[in-house]
Amino acid sequence: MRVESILQRAAHPRIEPGLALGIASILLGLIAFWVALPPLTTRTAAAPIAIGLAGLGAGLWSWRHGYTRLGWSGVCIAIIGLLGGLLATNAAVGNLEVVITWSALFAATLRFATPLTFAAIGGLFSERSGVVNIGLEGMMLMGAFFGVYGADKTGSWVLGMLIGMLAGAALALVHAAFSIHLRSDQIVSGTAINFLALGITGYVYIDTYGNEGTPGDLPQVPDVHLDWLGSIPPEGLGSFLERTFGQLNLLVWLALATVVLAWIIVFKTAVGLRIRAVGEHPRAADTVGISVYATRYAAVVVSGALAAMGGVYLSLGFVHSFTENMTAGRGFIALAALIFGKWHPFGALGAALLFGFASAVAPRLENVEGWATYGTLFQALPYVLTLIAVAGVIGRSIPPAAIGRPYEKQ
Amino acid sequence: MSDVAPPPEPKPASDPDALPSMAARLDLYQRAGGVITPVLTALFAFFVGGLVVLFTTGKNPIDTYKAIFNGTGLNWFFPWVHGQERFTAALNLQQTLIITTTLVLVGLAVAFAFRCGLFNIGGQGQYIAGMIAASQVGVAMPDLPHVPHIILAAGAGALAGALWAGIAGILKATVGAHEVISTIMLNWTALWIGSYLVGFAGPLQDPAQESVPVTEQISEGAKLNVFWGDPILQGLHIGFFVAIGCLILFWIVLNRTTLGFEVRAVGFNPEAARYSGISVGRNYFLAMAISGAFAGLAGGVDLLGWLFRVDLTSVQVSSQVAFIGIAVALLGRNTAVGIFFSALLFGALLNGTSTRNLDPTIFAPELASNLTLIIQGLVVLFVGADLLILYLWRARLKLRRKRPEAVKGL
Repeated sequence: MRVESILQRAAHPRIEPGLALGIASILLGLIAFWVALPPLTTRTAAAPIAIGLAGLGAGLWSWRHGYTRLGWSGVCIAIIGLLGGLLATNAAVGNLEVVITWSALFAATLRFATPLTFAAIGGLFSERSGVVNIGLEGMMLMGAFFGVYGADKTGSWVLGMLIGMLAGAALALVHAAFSIHLRSDQIVSGTAINFLALGITGYVYIDTYGNEGTPGDLPQVPDVHLDWLGSIPPEGLGSFLERTFGQLNLLVWLALATVVLAWIIVFKTAVGLRIRAVGEHPRAADTVGISVYATRYAAVVVSGALAAMGGVYLSLGFVHSFTENMTAGRGFIALAALIFGKWHPFGALGAALLFGFASAVAPRLENVEGWATYGTLFQALPYVLTLIAVAGVIGRSIPPAAIGRPYEKQ
Repeated sequence: MSDVAPPPEPKPASDPDALPSMAARLDLYQRAGGVITPVLTALFAFFVGGLVVLFTTGKNPIDTYKAIFNGTGLNWFFPWVHGQERFTAALNLQQTLIITTTLVLVGLAVAFAFRCGLFNIGGQGQYIAGMIAASQVGVAMPDLPHVPHIILAAGAGALAGALWAGIAGILKATVGAHEVISTIMLNWTALWIGSYLVGFAGPLQDPAQESVPVTEQISEGAKLNVFWGDPILQGLHIGFFVAIGCLILFWIVLNRTTLGFEVRAVGFNPEAARYSGISVGRNYFLAMAISGAFAGLAGGVDLLGWLFRVDLTSVQVSSQVAFIGIAVALLGRNTAVGIFFSALLFGALLNGTSTRNLDPTIFAPELASNLTLIIQGLVVLFVGADLLILYLWRARLKLRRKRPEAVKGL
């Protein structure tokens, strides 16, 4: 009987209708928005309304059938898609085309998301090991300045990058020492780290470069040219891929690689298991012979080096110079991305891409006559979304159990 | 944590895994050193700052500090300062005290939340909310008599700050969202919404000057009176007394009211407070709202006292003010008297290292302002280090009592 039913199920794989409809509702929500945007630019309001309502219905059905979280996400996305689609059908096609050039938008999203991704993955290591890292901002800033400083003094961007990472790691070591050995409050220590980084980078910058700013002939992290993408059939797809991915900075690719690597390390290796054990239950980890202090030190220092990579990308890969406080709060945004992404590498990447997308769309909105102010307002959206996520509406974000607690050896 | 079976080894009385609350730590600090530790911390930070000056520029740190000191105007208190020098000192001191006013209020905001075991890192958002609300009341009712107008405008600022922080309070009280994350998100939301409101073509931008991102100037009747110095040269406004009044209010509320008792009880040990019938959620919300009211009032007083209108820059630089508030509260040990003196110290440092006040022939102001940041960072870092202070304190006790086991069980 049981064997039969298993065989039957194997022969006719049944997809749970709740699951399927939940996914469908998310897709329908996206499509409701998409039909109104270039290149389709449907002008009748009926299309987004019909598709959006279908998505809404599918989401509710999925919710009624046990897929609470998926269902609600579908409902939210369907409503946003419907409203967005309605707004877009009312906008002039010319205006939409200024804002929505998908390839440029995606490329810009990746560029804006890169520093956030590096820092968020850095934060992931630290926080998974149980140390809150609010000092990501400062560590990024150290990377941004000392990357430039190193590249300028050595004439090589590789060495510059390494020096930047070392500087970030050194500051992280201070945070580690205070929050692990001296058992400071980790948030207070992180705040201090941010002050220190701001002061140190500003001081050395003024002392070295004065009012002239960093030299214009800095070695730069090269772009990766992927011209062969253009020859991928069909023609439209190929040129789209080439325009999106054909000319990204090396560090953008490195950031994506870091995400995959972090996922492998944290979830598929013994080292990752140790990090997570120390972050969830340090005493249990200590009992089985894992050194809590050493693991936490290593995780925090790695987080500093990774956050500094984000800073290096900003200064050496993106704007090719350094200005005081150039990270401008991106470390805090990375922290938000980490939490929004539920302390998971791919989640953090997704959140970083969302934040990056908002940053990419905003300046384009500003190019449209009469929409300029909405570009600014639009930038608030990701933070409101994170706030909603933290409040637990779209699936609760649960931090590592031992986060923020200093561990005392017995 | 109660053990059902008695453990084989004697366990320490307190569970070492238990997270010491912020206020419990505070109590520890106060037992371990009272006023001596913060003073020593500040002196140490200045000493390190002096070393930085000596090693990077080769200049005499004492001369540098003396020039900064003269820039603060604190030499006005010396009876032997006469004539032109005394006149300049008075001007400088007025500026120092204007900054001190703001820092006292943002420091109180951080401190009040600290006493309830909450870390209000969202002073920036609350300050922006207060600034904008006060400016709207200041513009809206030009016919209102002077005294009710300033009370109403400042009250609107405090209320806006309270509401903005209240969001984080409600989230903490109902779904347990960590207040650090939600206040950071609220900061960014306030920053972008504020930039939208006062920015180009924003709803609150002054219609008379479309090329400048500012709100309308508040009416004359809403400006705070200047009681020392020339109103045209930005003399000291009565907001200073508002700050002093708030310090007294802070002390009374915390130490002489039921609300203050409950807030402190929750701060020391939320579980014990809950067990004795105190509503922890309600106190989290109230503490956050009151804390936000202080930060909002800081924005309001700044606006009515010397800004008179909200411009894009003052929205964007608000983060500095709010973060210094954290340093003020920590160095001041979250006590009224402590906050006054640490606000004066940081206010003096900020003003003394400003481009306007520091003699560039002695030390470059751009370097000095970064030196201020380094000193702030060191202060926060060391003030927050429980164990370092405890080690020193134990060493002191050992010296005094010649008995190594004098302090136990901490």
